[in-house]
Amino acid sequence: MADIIKTATRDAYGKALVELGERDEGLIVLDADLAAATKTAMFRSAYPERFFDAGIAEENLVGVAAGLSTTGHKVFASSFAMFLAGRAFEQVRNTIGYPHLDVKLGATHAGISVGEDGASHQCCEDIALMRTIPGMVIINPADDVEARAAVFAAYEFDGPVYLRFGRLAVPRINDPDTYKFEIGKGIVLREGADVTISATGLMVNEAIAACEMLAAEGISAELINIHTIKPLDTELILASAAKTGAIVTAEEHSVIGGLGSAVAEAVCESAPVPVCRVGVEDKFGSSGPAVEMLKIYGLTAENIADKARKAIALKK
Amino acid sequence: MDTETKKQLQIKACMVRMGVIEGVFNAKSGHPGGSLSIADILTYLYFDHMKIDPANPLDEDRDRLVLSKGHTAPALYAALAHRGFFPVAELKNLRKPGAMLQGHPNMKLTPGVDMSTGSLGQGISTAVGMALGGKIDNKSFRVFAVLGDGEIEEGQVWEAAMFASAKGLDNLVAVVDNNNLQIDGSVAEVNSPYPIPEKFRAFGWNVIEIYGHSFDEIDAAFKAAADFKGKPTAIIAKTVKGRGVSFMEDQCGWHGKAPDAGQYEQAMEELKAKLKELEA
Repeated sequence: MADIIKTATRDAYGKALVELGERDEGLIVLDADLAAATKTAMFRSAYPERFFDAGIAEENLVGVAAGLSTTGHKVFASSFAMFLAGRAFEQVRNTIGYPHLDVKLGATHAGISVGEDGASHQCCEDIALMRTIPGMVIINPADDVEARAAVFAAYEFDGPVYLRFGRLAVPRINDPDTYKFEIGKGIVLREGADVTISATGLMVNEAIAACEMLAAEGISAELINIHTIKPLDTELILASAAKTGAIVTAEEHSVIGGLGSAVAEAVCESAPVPVCRVGVEDKFGSSGPAVEMLKIYGLTAENIADKARKAIALKK
Repeated sequence: MDTETKKQLQIKACMVRMGVIEGVFNAKSGHPGGSLSIADILTYLYFDHMKIDPANPLDEDRDRLVLSKGHTAPALYAALAHRGFFPVAELKNLRKPGAMLQGHPNMKLTPGVDMSTGSLGQGISTAVGMALGGKIDNKSFRVFAVLGDGEIEEGQVWEAAMFASAKGLDNLVAVVDNNNLQIDGSVAEVNSPYPIPEKFRAFGWNVIEIYGHSFDEIDAAFKAAADFKGKPTAIIAKTVKGRGVSFMEDQCGWHGKAPDAGQYEQAMEELKAKLKELEA
């Protein structure tokens, strides 16, 4: 077996920006004093004249991005998810979302896998916040291959996109030579009959392992990678739910308002089936190594498998 | 400024004020006080100073104006309508369901509106972004941000002020409509932003102080701002809230209230008399 490639999706983001910068001389990247961490520093090194640092001022960062986008420039604005979706929520809502401006928000350090910095920096609410903004596209890539493709797709898309990246290096699960990304289209990674697992971000890799565990018990799980949380691929989820009759969602985000909520809302209104959610329960994070944090907060293949058994048991 | 130009601007400003009263009265809600205090400056910008073309409102080389104090949209709408961006008759539909003229400016619905605003403190950042875009592309267009004096209590204003001077955006002018009143009382009492000129100077801005109802002073200030290089300019304009309608002047209560039928008649009578006097 070949060595597993591990890369943080934020690294793929930084590299993709450099590629896009070569293609589009008008592309502007903004950051808020976190360029080294968000990886926009790669773009800064390549195109210093097209990189602007707003300093530690995320509200203004978002407004500047909005204004810039009206002058004919494609703009990516970056900070940590906590500050971009959290602190600047209302700026994103009113100056980017409401006028539907062509601004891309590159939010890194999303979720509990921020690790040692602890709860103040572990943003598990950003998907919930961004989902409430009409017209906002939300993409949460699973690996570096998907992250690169997502950045290119967001660039091509005319309108606001929230790109959610992680700090932690995660295993590559997609083949860069064959991978195809389309905004709003889930990817069936494994077909099954007993339960649907819809996972996003780094939980896709955990879900792959969960499927193996379940298969060993004779449970056939269908696995869907939901990289785009909004617009949700409702058609694919409903079709899979109709086949399996039970759903488990898995995300590195609060169980409130994220993928789990979006999937539950979708199935409740047309074809209700049990939906069991794997995510950060209604609590704050804490300090510790990222990998341990994921275990402590139940973001594991084992927990996905447990919830799958529970969802199957709930079937009528 | 020559006498005839000044007279024509005074006439337009009077028409803009009538548009404010017309819109707010028909909507039965809105913000007349701050609309009337900024009416002269908006009139000057749209009718004399800015490079704009009502036939081509999205011209990429146009000057831009962001009404950061978005609640005074009635004045912006009246100025745009009289400048020819859309029919004056539209002013009566202010705030009505399906209307082009929303309670606060919407750039996607209204020709001539350069940014959607309304949530205070945010507009100036977008103006800064536009000015940065102009610098990046070596364009000659200029950007104007219009703020309220209460609005500058928002922290984001100072984030934007810091950024604009740090990046040397001398194509940006921020106007502070210093009518001294906000919803809960005088700005001095509520949470004093004073001294305003010193604050902008400390943030690295060129500062000009004027009386915001004198076209001579307004004209001199904006021309000086255009000539000033290396720093953004803040024009701190002392104004009178409710200016032009006797019973609304300097009254906190007219911040966000529509006149009733009798008050509407009186306000329009006063403005019509002023207009007649100017046109004589």
